[in-house]
Amino acid sequence: MSTIENTDATEAKPEGLQEFTLRLRRYDPESGQAPYFEEFQIELEPHRSVLDGILQAKAKEDGSIGVRCSCRAAICGSCGTRINDKPGLACHTHLDEALKRSKDGKITIEPLGNMPVIKDLIVDMDAVHWKKQARVTPWLLPKEPLPEREHIVPRESMVDVTQSMACIQCGACVSDCLSMEIDPLFVGPAALAKAYRFVGDPRDSRHAERLSNLAEDPHGIYACTHCFKCIEACPKGVAPMSQIMRLRRIASQDHHINDRNNGERHEMAIVNSVKKYGTLNEAKMVPDSYGGPLAPAAAKELVASLPVITKALLRRKVTPKTALFHHKNPDQAQIKRIYQEVQGREQRLELNLYITQPDEDPAELAAHEAHVAEAAAHDAAEQAERAATNQTEAGA
Amino acid sequence: MPAHDVLIIGAGLAGQRAALAAADAGATVAIMSKVHPVRSHSVAAAGGINAAINPADDWRSHAFDTVKGSDYLGDQDAIEVMTSEAPGEIMYLEHIGVTFHRNETGHLDLRAFGGASMKRTAYVADITGQAILHVLYEQLMKYSDRVDRYEEWFNTSLLRGDNGRCEGVVARNIRTGEMQTFTAKTTILATGGVGQAFKPTTNGLICTGDGMSLAYRSGARLMDMEMIQYHPTTMTANGFLITEGARGEGAHLRNANGERFMVESAPNKMELASRDVVSRAEQKEINEGRGTGPLKDSVLLDVTVVPKNRVLEALREIVNLGRDFAGIDITKEPIPVRPGQHYTMGGVKTDVDGETDIPGLYAAGEVACVSVHGGNRLGANSLLDTLIFGRRSGEHAAKVAASMAMPKVSDAQLRDDAKQIAAIIDRPRTGRRVSEIKEELGESMNKYCAVFRDEEGMTKGAEVVNRLQEEAKTAYIDDKGTVFNQDVLGALELGFMLDCSEAIVKAALERKESRGAHSRTDFTERNDEDWLFHLTVERDGDGAAKLGQAPVTITQWQPMERTY
Repeated sequence: MSTIENTDATEAKPEGLQEFTLRLRRYDPESGQAPYFEEFQIELEPHRSVLDGILQAKAKEDGSIGVRCSCRAAICGSCGTRINDKPGLACHTHLDEALKRSKDGKITIEPLGNMPVIKDLIVDMDAVHWKKQARVTPWLLPKEPLPEREHIVPRESMVDVTQSMACIQCGACVSDCLSMEIDPLFVGPAALAKAYRFVGDPRDSRHAERLSNLAEDPHGIYACTHCFKCIEACPKGVAPMSQIMRLRRIASQDHHINDRNNGERHEMAIVNSVKKYGTLNEAKMVPDSYGGPLAPAAAKELVASLPVITKALLRRKVTPKTALFHHKNPDQAQIKRIYQEVQGREQRLELNLYITQPDEDPAELAAHEAHVAEAAAHDAAEQAERAATNQTEAGA
Repeated sequence: MPAHDVLIIGAGLAGQRAALAAADAGATVAIMSKVHPVRSHSVAAAGGINAAINPADDWRSHAFDTVKGSDYLGDQDAIEVMTSEAPGEIMYLEHIGVTFHRNETGHLDLRAFGGASMKRTAYVADITGQAILHVLYEQLMKYSDRVDRYEEWFNTSLLRGDNGRCEGVVARNIRTGEMQTFTAKTTILATGGVGQAFKPTTNGLICTGDGMSLAYRSGARLMDMEMIQYHPTTMTANGFLITEGARGEGAHLRNANGERFMVESAPNKMELASRDVVSRAEQKEINEGRGTGPLKDSVLLDVTVVPKNRVLEALREIVNLGRDFAGIDITKEPIPVRPGQHYTMGGVKTDVDGETDIPGLYAAGEVACVSVHGGNRLGANSLLDTLIFGRRSGEHAAKVAASMAMPKVSDAQLRDDAKQIAAIIDRPRTGRRVSEIKEELGESMNKYCAVFRDEEGMTKGAEVVNRLQEEAKTAYIDDKGTVFNQDVLGALELGFMLDCSEAIVKAALERKESRGAHSRTDFTERNDEDWLFHLTVERDGDGAAKLGQAPVTITQWQPMERTY
């Protein structure tokens, strides 16, 4: 037998090659030239990744294309880029999918946003991403003294933090964070997801300090505007915004932190407004968020908000009538029921990929369970048969 | 010129663990890596880490399983060190914050793994390597005032003083192109394996054998280089790894006829036999025409027999891999897999404290060969290897450094390295492209040095490697710049891979028996009488590879027939 048989199959010519045009944003800091776009033709199967495409261009046409990459399997986090205006991992985006999102039949690849570009697709993550990680004291501060063996903690707690541990620090969420675009000092989605990894970890002894630190920081947990961009961007299902919302809930409901940024009050104002009216009463948002209509902070904020209020009035987003006599949702009983159900829970229901399963057809699930049980029974029978054979052989 | 007691090259698990240990021992420490530490390939280790922490378990049982898994080529003294220190290391990791999954009583949960006689694999879902690597990096950030980090620096040479000691390194700042000499009392290589010499491989593009080659060029011996692990479950679609944890959780392997073919070669352990055994069984099915898929080049991994909630909780990553990279919902249908290059058992020969043949130079992790894996590594023993010997190297190096003066080194090597890099950049476009040579190397190694080997094939492999070594001397690149010139680093990496490949082929041709992952169709049996020793490779005066032998240490387990 010849060894060539080992890999006979891989030598067959792959079928279904397709041509793609990659439009790469190039930047050479040594040239003195501004960034520009350059097109490369590549040929690959459509299910291969955009990174495979870039690497083909680099191998065959231009070795000077700058791109960080290693694992090609969405685990090392090196190849964060923007593909047709969406942040993500180049290795995790199929060429055909990328093409579908394209407006001009070309796949446009650019460096991540919100970070300075070093060369081509390579950005300075130290200057932004890693600096923000350092901001959240990113290491466990366990209770002393340490146990002799492992900490005994609930099974669910470790599964729960797996979602934020799944972050590979690729920077895709940082790239398109709208809050960070407005406020570069915003701690940001990745670092706050990291913060949850400690606040959600029962072994950490500084939950209160961590939370008040991030709540009191004007660029902390309440600086997130809830835009969902980071959830959309994350290739690993970390859902950074969900982790930020969990930090807020734990800060306000479990630790009763009334932050000086009025973040907690603002959230409660929304909750109470919806409870009372069924919708947001925008006219009451500002006074309620700043400690009630008579609070000095509220007056100050109201004055500062005058231009916005004027605009809203002019555009008839708010009318004096709706502002004074806010419309009440007619089905108050329904709203009451929702509040009772949510607030009446012993434990807050948190969505977590590692715990919660996607909705599924119960019949299908039952069929799956039967399949698993059947396989297990079959295994056990085979095992018993083998054991019996072994015994007979041993006896003989 | 930066000067440190302990300088570590590579910042995966072995490197970071060494840095923390050396800093804890009071040394001044620097850690250097050609990528940001969390990009290191340890991040891809999925399934878990072995340790006898169950009260009903015993480290001796773990040690025996490892010896048996190594096909009796592992050094038993080193295996005893690794397995007996394993439980303590797991507790250290738990204390610094690794989020190991728990059982119903809140204690560490353990899963089944290949070649193990009981459940002893601690895990974090199927992202164990990532979780540990990121937690170690958390600690490295905490140690910022005690450990200097040189991230995205590329090591070009090791320095040897007149007394023969390793006295530091030369490196290039990838971001600026600046060259720098680093003085160090002790240097630890933790640069990982050389999977990129094979194509396909589960290894990242950064796994190019840098440390193995640099140590070899400086005069250290490599050992067990013929032992290349093919992982039984890599996705046929793209070569990505499916963790052994899938089979640990109960998944089955089937051929085209739907048969669980492992019953032939491992009737007791079935899918959880050692990796070499499972990979051979799969390759046999494929070679004999019982493979599946359009090219009949695969077998099927059936995860549908694992309860769905367990898959979603503990095998989330492979659910994503199946969905995103192969368009398969692994909870509903089997996924085509086949053996793929995964790990280099061999490496720079070290003792149990990580010391190499060169005084002052240490090695730990996949770059090293202690040898705890011998002919075949057990799943979930690689993370353990990196941490135990990373820590031991760091501690030993710090102790040695404490009692010696800082060496005085010159910039002579730096000037040579800078000249060499300039020469590569200036090469005319008359030879072949670096990328072409790398491609041919990978395909050839995977053809001739794979699951099954024979004299004829490996001889061809050796010829290809020799020819590519010549061609590499004139290979050209495109990038003429200094900032992030990845092109020129690729040319240097090609040289590293060719050194390692030469050693692999040479040792594999030499070993005329079948042992562990080295399975020859022309010498099908293990032959303890003639071959129960390690093969070493060193560079002779002319730059050619020279073979040697090193004894296998046997403490309490005499070689026996190996069945699963």
